[in-house]
Amino acid sequence: MTTTGEITFKTEPFVLNFGPVHPSTHGVYRMRATLDGEVVLDIEPVFGYLHRGIEKLAEERTYTGFIPLTDRLDYISPMSNNLGYCLAVEKLAGIKVPERAEYIRVIMAELQRLANHCIAVGSFLSDCGAMFTPFMYMFREREKILDLFDMVCGGRLTYNYMRIGGVSQDIPDEFLPALQKFMGTMPGMIEEWENLLKQNEILLARTKGVGILPREMAINCGISGPVARGSGVKWDLRKADPYCIYDRFEFDIPTGEVGDCYDRYRVRVEEMKQSLRIIKQAMEKVPSGPVRAEVPHLIRPPAGEAYAHIEAPKGELGFYIVSDSSIAPYRCHVRPTSLINLTALREMVKGWKVADLIAIFGSIDITMGEVDR
Amino acid sequence: MKFERYGIGLIKGMVVTIKHLLRHPTVNQFPEQRLNISRRFRGNELIWSRERCTGCASCAKTCPQGAIEIVTATNLADNKYEVQKYQVDTGYCIQCGLCVEVCPYDALFMGYSYERAKYRRGELVQSDDELLESPQRPASGYFHPEIAEKLPKQTLLVEKIVEKRK
Amino acid sequence: MAIVDSMNNTRLPMQVTPADWPGGYWWHWLFFTVILIVFVLVMVMGAIYIERRGLGRMQSRLGPNRVGPFGLLQPVADAIKVLLKENIVPNSADKVVHWLAPIIAFVPAMMIFAVVPFQNGALLADLNIGILYVIAISSVSTIGVFMAGWGSSNKYSLLGAMRNVAAVVSYEIPLVLAVIGVVLMAGSLSLNQIVLKQDIPFILLQPLGFLLFFAAGCAEINRSPFDLFEADQELVAGFHTEYSGMKFAMFYLVEYGEAIAMSAIITTLFLSGWRGPLLPPWLWFILKTLIIFFLMVWTRTTFPRARIDQLMALAWKFLFPLALINLFITAIQILVWPDALPWILIFINIAIMVILILLWSKFFKLGWGRIEV
Repeated sequence: MTTTGEITFKTEPFVLNFGPVHPSTHGVYRMRATLDGEVVLDIEPVFGYLHRGIEKLAEERTYTGFIPLTDRLDYISPMSNNLGYCLAVEKLAGIKVPERAEYIRVIMAELQRLANHCIAVGSFLSDCGAMFTPFMYMFREREKILDLFDMVCGGRLTYNYMRIGGVSQDIPDEFLPALQKFMGTMPGMIEEWENLLKQNEILLARTKGVGILPREMAINCGISGPVARGSGVKWDLRKADPYCIYDRFEFDIPTGEVGDCYDRYRVRVEEMKQSLRIIKQAMEKVPSGPVRAEVPHLIRPPAGEAYAHIEAPKGELGFYIVSDSSIAPYRCHVRPTSLINLTALREMVKGWKVADLIAIFGSIDITMGEVDR
Repeated sequence: MKFERYGIGLIKGMVVTIKHLLRHPTVNQFPEQRLNISRRFRGNELIWSRERCTGCASCAKTCPQGAIEIVTATNLADNKYEVQKYQVDTGYCIQCGLCVEVCPYDALFMGYSYERAKYRRGELVQSDDELLESPQRPASGYFHPEIAEKLPKQTLLVEKIVEKRK
Repeated sequence: MAIVDSMNNTRLPMQVTPADWPGGYWWHWLFFTVILIVFVLVMVMGAIYIERRGLGRMQSRLGPNRVGPFGLLQPVADAIKVLLKENIVPNSADKVVHWLAPIIAFVPAMMIFAVVPFQNGALLADLNIGILYVIAISSVSTIGVFMAGWGSSNKYSLLGAMRNVAAVVSYEIPLVLAVIGVVLMAGSLSLNQIVLKQDIPFILLQPLGFLLFFAAGCAEINRSPFDLFEADQELVAGFHTEYSGMKFAMFYLVEYGEAIAMSAIITTLFLSGWRGPLLPPWLWFILKTLIIFFLMVWTRTTFPRARIDQLMALAWKFLFPLALINLFITAIQILVWPDALPWILIFINIAIMVILILLWSKFFKLGWGRIEV
C-alpha cells in the first residue's frame, strides 16, 4: 500500500522474468525478479542452461585429453583454466616444471587477465548504457592480445596450450618483439579509456554507491577476485598463497573501499596496470631451456587427491582431482568462481531499481560456462 | 572544492570520442581484404600422410573425442602394418591438435584453412585419400616448425594499425 | 523558381504570403508543403546515415558502406526492408488506438517545420507566435507515444510509455524558460524575426540558454544520454515493442524527425538560422542543422545512460532553477542596459554561466541527499 496524501493506492509486487536470452552479453542466465514498481525486492536465479557435464566427462577422458575441455569452462579466459588444471595434476603427480615454462606460463596468465578485464569492463560499461563505445575500444585491445595467443598456439579462443609438466610448444621468435610492441601501446590505451569514462558524471551517478557488498558479507559468502577486492578484502592468491613463481615479481594489489560498482570497475582497471608491470618484469628474465618436463602422454599419477587454486581473472578458480592411478581422473571438480560470486547478487540488488540490477549484474563479471560447467 | 567533477569529465570523454573520428578505423573488409592467419593455425581439417603412417593408432587413443577410426591389417609380405581405413569424423573433431602432437612419425598435420564448410553432414566424415595433402588442403605449422617457416607471416594488429601517440 | 530575396534587416509586414510571391496563396502553400515533406524525409534519411556512420567512426569502425557508394543508400534499404515486413497487431490490443498512435506521434514532428525559416521570408506560414506554436505542437507527439504504450496491451510498453510521459512533461519547463530568454533578447515570438535580429548569434549572448535547451531537447526526443525509454539493455524495449512494419518505421521516423526538428529550432534560435556570408541561405540552414545533429550523435556515443529517477532529478533540481535564474538575469540585462555593447554582454553571460554551473553542481544531490555528484 502506498499512500500519497489523502489517496491510498493499492499496489502489489509482480514477478518479471529476465529470460535466458539476455540483451546484455552475459550468457544464458535467467532471473525472476520481484518488482514493486521500479524497485527490486527479490530475485530468484535460474541457471543450468549451459550445463554440459564437463566434470563427468573428465572421468572418461585422459588427463591430457581433458585440457581442451577445460578451455570451454570459462571461455573468456581459457589460459587460466588450463593453468589451474595443470597445476592440480602436477601437484598430484609431483612433477616439476622447467623454468622457461614457468615464465611463459606467467606471461600467458597475465595477458589473459588483461584480455578478460577488457571484456569485463567493456560489457559493464555498455550495460550502463554507453552505447558500445568503450566496448569497441576494449575489444580492439583484446584483438591484439588474441593475435599474440594465436601466434603461439594456433587458436583464438580454445588454446589448449598448457600441458602437464609445462607448455605444449615453445614460443616462436616473433612473439617477444610483438609483445614488446603491444606493451608500448597498451598503457596509452588504458589512459584513453580512463579519460573517456573515469570521471564521467553520469557514470558516477549511475555506479557510485550502487550495489554495495559489505566486507563481512564478501568474506562470509566466499567471494573472491575483483569483487571481493572492491569490497576491501585484501586477498589475492598470487600474494597469499603464491603458485608458479609469482613470488619473484613485484606488484600491488588494488583494493576498493566501499564495495559498489564503481569500486569494482576501478579495481579491474588498476589490475590491468599491475598485469602490465608483471609482464614487463617477466619478459626481461625469460631463461632458455626446455618448455616441457618429461611426462608421458598417458600419465598415471599415483592414487590420491589434490586441490590447486589460482587467481583467475574472475576470482579463485580451483581444481580438485581425485585419482586412482588410472589414465583418467576418478573425480574432477571445478570450484566455479562465477557461480560463487553470483550467490551474492541477491543481497546486492535488494532495494535498487531495474536499471541498477543490470549494472550490478554486469559488474560482478560472470561467464555462464563456468557457472553451469 | 574539487573542480574536476563539474562537467569536466563529460568534456574529456567527448574529446576522446572526437579524436577517434579522425583516426583510421580498425576494420578489415573481409572478402576483399584478408589477413594472414597464424602459422600454427589449427584449421578445421586433418591432413594425413599415407607414407609415414604406420598404423600405431596413437592419435586415435589420444583424441579426446574419439573422432579417428583406424582399421589395420597385417601385411606379411612387407612385414608391416597396413592401414586399410583411416577415417576422421571432422564433425566430432574439436581441433585441439593433440593427435598431431602425439604422432611419433610426424604423419599428421593440422589444416591451414578455415573456409571449409560442407553442405551435407555426411561430407564431414573424411577417409583415406581425401585426407592427403594437396594444394587445396595446405598444412599448417602446428607442431611442425619446418612447415611453419615457409608459411607467410601472421598479420598482427599491433603492427598494422599504429596510432600516433604524443 | 526564383525567390526574390531581400537581405536587408527591415521588418517584413505580417502576412501569410509575402507580397513578392508569384501566384498567390494556394500556390505558395502547395510549394512549401511539398518542399517541407521532401525536406523532412530526405533530412531524416541523411540523419540516419550520419548517425550510423558517425557512431561507427567514433567507435573505430566503419559504419554501413556496402549499400550504394559509401553506404549512402543504407537508409533506403532500411526503409524498403521495413515496408516489406508483416504488420503484426496483438490480439488484445485496442485496434483504433494502436493504429492511430504512430500517426499522432509523427505528424507534429513534421508540423514544426511549418514555421522554420529557410530564407528571409521563406516559410510556410510566418506566424507571429512562431515559437509558441512550436512548443505547443511538440507536446502533442507525447500523446502519440502514450497511446502506443496503452494500445499495445503489454505492461512493459505501458511502463515505458509512462516513464516517457513523465520525463517529457518535466523537461518542457526548462525548455520553455530557455526559449523565453531568447525571445526577450529578440523582442518577438516569430521565428523569422528572431533570425533577423541575430547580428550576433544568440549562442554567444545566451550560452546557458543554449546548454539548457540542448539538454532539455535531448530529453524530450529520447536521445542519449536520456534514451532509457528504448534502452535495449534493460527489460522494456520501450513503447514501440509491439509494432512492426510500417508503423515501426513511423516511430523510427518520429525519433529522427524530432531530432532534426529540434536541431532546426536550435539553429534558428541560437545560431542565427540562415544567415551567413557566401553560400545560399538554405544551404547554411541545412549545414547548421546537421552540425547540431552531429553534436547529438557525439553525445550519444560518449555518455552512458541516466536512470529514470536521476533523469527527473536533473530536470527539477538542476535545469529548472538554472533556467529561472537565466531568465531573471536576461530580463535584468534587457531592462537595465538595453543598448549596451553586445561584446561586454557576451563575456558577462559566459562568466555567469560558468559560475552558475559550478555552484549549482555543488549543491546538486541525488537520491534524497545520499549521493553527491
